[in-house]
Parts: sequence; structure tokens; C-alpha cells
Amino acid sequence: MARFALVVVLLLLAPMASAQVADVYNFETTQQEQRFQDLIEELRCPKCQNQNIADSNSPISKDMRAEVYRRMRAGESNDQIVDALVDRFGEFILYRPQVEKRTILLWATPAIAVLGGLLVVIGVIVRSRRQTDQTPELTAEEKARVAKILAEDDQDNRA
Amino acid sequence: MKRFFLFLPLLIAVVLGVVLFAGIGKDPTKLESALIGKPVPAFRLKDLNSPDAELNETLFRGKVQLLNVWGTWCPACRDEHDDLMWLAEEKGVSIVGLNYKDNRDDALVWLDRLGNPYSTSIYDPRGTLGFDLGVYGAPETFVIDEQGVVRYRHVGVVNEKVWQETLLPVINDIRENG
Repeated sequence: MARFALVVVLLLLAPMASAQVADVYNFETTQQEQRFQDLIEELRCPKCQNQNIADSNSPISKDMRAEVYRRMRAGESNDQIVDALVDRFGEFILYRPQVEKRTILLWATPAIAVLGGLLVVIGVIVRSRRQTDQTPELTAEEKARVAKILAEDDQDNRA
Repeated sequence: MKRFFLFLPLLIAVVLGVVLFAGIGKDPTKLESALIGKPVPAFRLKDLNSPDAELNETLFRGKVQLLNVWGTWCPACRDEHDDLMWLAEEKGVSIVGLNYKDNRDDALVWLDRLGNPYSTSIYDPRGTLGFDLGVYGAPETFVIDEQGVVRYRHVGVVNEKVWQETLLPVINDIRENG
């Protein structure tokens, strides 16, 4: 019974495995296949926007996968392939934008945020230290006033 | 100094508000073409109307033209067809058609039935020129200057409003400032 259930579940799951990407590319080595997979997972589909081209079924993603494959076959490096696609579709298709003058703020934001947070924390600590260090000393005049007030208080309570 | 820190949250809220407000109403699906300022990619494709004639990028020399990417499979292309006819006939705009991932017979029937707004039609059944142009969804309309350089790309339907507010100013700018 358990075996039958397993077979049914696997049969139901089978279409999901093949639904992702219909086209099949042949590679000589598994490294090449992995390289292809890494490349298409890092490129964004310009049509569907929130999918990478590995995931997307849109015709343009299919064309882009074919182009990546063709260029890999032609012996191009990853950078050459990515540049060729960026030349056509723009930087939008990069999930990881290149580090350059225009994008440096984007890349630096996490570091700036952490630095800012650290400064705030340091500020808070320094300030609280300073406050505990400086328990204000009363002047002689003030001490006399305190003694007087406390004495009056005592008398009031007794009365 | 202390007073400054008191106003810091307000300051941050205002700056964020301005930045985020600027993004409202922008359509994220409309991307600027990567080809702006670059020449139309080299190509060798057949003429849609005469299968023996071969066309290439020199088609875009000598005058400011629109390049309209379309296909019979594309419903939005049907929507804009009447407006393209109007542009070609009433406004005298030279429009080059790029029949994208389509088949010749369907395309010719379409032009025969609905009218042909294109001065020349490039037949690109495999979408190779479309790919080099970074076309990601028809219809798309490019403005190409006299030197064959891409100046603007509009994604989506062209209508009178798009013409008046977007394409015409680009064309006027090319005519005036080169």
C-alpha cells in the first residue's frame, strides 16, 4: 500500500519536474552544464521581470537561453556572454549589477547602514557612560539646603 | 545638536517620501533600450513583400524613420495598426516594419486586409534582428535618425497621445539639434 502511494505521489510530481524548462541542451561535461545553469540563473528575464531566464517560459527567455548556449559553444567567456546580452537588453537583466561609479552607492548602502548603526550604538554607550561618571556633586550651599528641607520634613511628620 | 537629532526622523521621512514619490506612476515594465545612441545592428533579412530582395542596415540612412516591431500573433499590434495607418497617411511619417517571429503568408494577409502603413517591411521569422535590438515584447517602436542611430524606444501601443507626447518631441529634437 505504502509503495502504491509512493508511486502515485511520484507520478503526480513528475509533471512539475519537467514543467520548468522545456528545451534541452546537450553538454559534454557536467561542469559545462553547471556553468550554463549558473549563467541562466543570474540573468533576468526582461519580459517577466521577477524571474530569471532559467525559470521563465517566455519566448524571449527561450531565445536568451539559446544565445547563451550558442555563445558557450563558440568558446566565449562568461563575461563576454553577459556583456553581449547586456548590450542588447540593458543592465536591467543583471541580478547583480556591475560595480562602477553609477552603482557604487547601491553596493555601498549595506556598509553605510551598518556603519551608521554602529555610530548610533557607540553614541548611546558613550553618553550613558558619561552620565554615570558624572554623579553631580552638590555645593556646600545646596547641601545645607537639603539638610534644612529634610529636617523640616522630619518635624512635619512628627507633628 | 540635540535639536538636530530630534528632527532627524522627520528629515529621513521627507527624503524617503520624495524619493518614493518620484517612483509613483512609472511603469516598471517599460525599459529604456540599451541601444540608444548606437547604430541599428547589422542584419541581412528578406523583404516581406518581395522574398527575393535582401535588406540590410543601410535601409535606415538618410531620413528619420520609425521602426515598428509587430506580428500577427500580437493582439496589441492590431490595436495600434489604425494609428500607424494614420501616422503614415495623415502625418507622412516613414515607418519601417519589422515582422517579428511571424510567417509571411499571415503577415501579407494582415497587411492586405488592414492596410499597409510601412514604407518597407523586414521579414524576421526567427527574430534575429529583434533579438539584436533587444525586443522583449511586441509591439515596440524605435525612432531612428538619419545616420541610422537608435534615438528612442517605445514599448507598447503607439496611439495619438504617444505620438504627440513622446515620439514627435524626439523626432523634432533630432531635426532641430541633429
